[in-house]
Amino acid sequence: MYATNYHRASSIADAVTLQSSSDEAKYVSGGMTLIPTMKQRLAAPSDLVDLRHVGELKGISVNGSRVRIGAGTTHAEVATSAELKAACPAICHLASHIGDPHVRHMGTIGGSIANNDPAADYPSAMLALGATIVTNAREILADDFFTGLFETALEDGEIVVAVTFDAPAKAGYAKFPNPASRYAMTGVFVAKASDGSARVAVTGAGSDGVFRHAGLEQALSANWSADATAGVDVDASNLLSDIHGSADYRANLVKVMAKRAVAAA
Amino acid sequence: MAKVAMTVNGRKVSKECEDRTLLVHFIRDNLSLTGTHIGCDTSQCGACVVHMDGKAVKSCSILAAQAAGSEILTIEGLAANGELHPVQAAFKAHHGLQCGFCTPGMVMTAIDMINRHGAELDEKTVRDNLEGNICRCTGYHNIVKAILAAAQEMGAAGRQAAE
Repeated sequence: MYATNYHRASSIADAVTLQSSSDEAKYVSGGMTLIPTMKQRLAAPSDLVDLRHVGELKGISVNGSRVRIGAGTTHAEVATSAELKAACPAICHLASHIGDPHVRHMGTIGGSIANNDPAADYPSAMLALGATIVTNAREILADDFFTGLFETALEDGEIVVAVTFDAPAKAGYAKFPNPASRYAMTGVFVAKASDGSARVAVTGAGSDGVFRHAGLEQALSANWSADATAGVDVDASNLLSDIHGSADYRANLVKVMAKRAVAAA
Repeated sequence: MAKVAMTVNGRKVSKECEDRTLLVHFIRDNLSLTGTHIGCDTSQCGACVVHMDGKAVKSCSILAAQAAGSEILTIEGLAANGELHPVQAAFKAHHGLQCGFCTPGMVMTAIDMINRHGAELDEKTVRDNLEGNICRCTGYHNIVKAILAAAQEMGAAGRQAAE
């Protein structure tokens, strides 16, 4: 790892000040991607601004049907939250299958979505749940937030403060994990809103990162059942091909994971 | 360089280190507690698992500076008065180790999952919770056996203490 300067922020305002005082500062939350990336010398921020001790970023609340998860909430906290299990058990299931127990004790939802790894789990949940990403400056719809591989609508220095969404009538998540890394080779999050409309988001498969699938959404909006996915055509042309699987293989996985996600919902 | 202070195995420590120093290097090189191992360079193997504020974490993926002010428990902090911790004893009794390199991380991981699940721990949960710990000798069967046995013993001890 190249040398860096560590700063511990005590508040969001403090973090913004610390970040802006250096040209190449990065925020670190759980650090479960950033620190290993720095170890590989693939990232070399001059300064790290630690958000893990910022109380304003923590906590889960459910008011009626509106769910709010603070950006600094760890995967383990999401996975075991009784409030979330009652409102949206699919997101607890998703969080409980990220990485391993040690990673889940450190990694946070805010860090995951700000990093927008194309094989990360949370971005698919945010898209399918129609979540709003709350930052220290504004609110961004998930549809506008994830803009490409490791790219988001976040401006330099902007901090994800929380995510909010309406608890769905039903939701499910299924992923086919890479046998070595356990990242999603394909993961599908399905959500049925209270008005019956379905949203379906796919992670791990798209060559531009997480995306919604119109065909699956139409099929599930018309008929919310695992069988409804069978007749949907999944185009392989925008899907990833790599040593782990071809685009055609992933196209099939999208259908299979969508089916399993609906069955689990 | 910065002064990093934390509590390790109940003892307050304070050492100068670079900001980029990983917690595992701080523990091994600055504190000379070499029971915590480094088995990979990719944050995958789990040989470096310690507890930070009561939770299992990979000390190779956290800066010492991030851990400043926290309570750290390492493998050296388990045995008390010359007696092995029940998980260590179970690993010995059930042949849960061969070369022993992954064992410190395995034991810290085992204690973490027993803390969370108690005597209710079942085989599937143990195997799922070993996701972040790699062993190249045992084939895991005896590690799983040892953890299940320790969970039963610690659960029973916990129940006796409660009664």
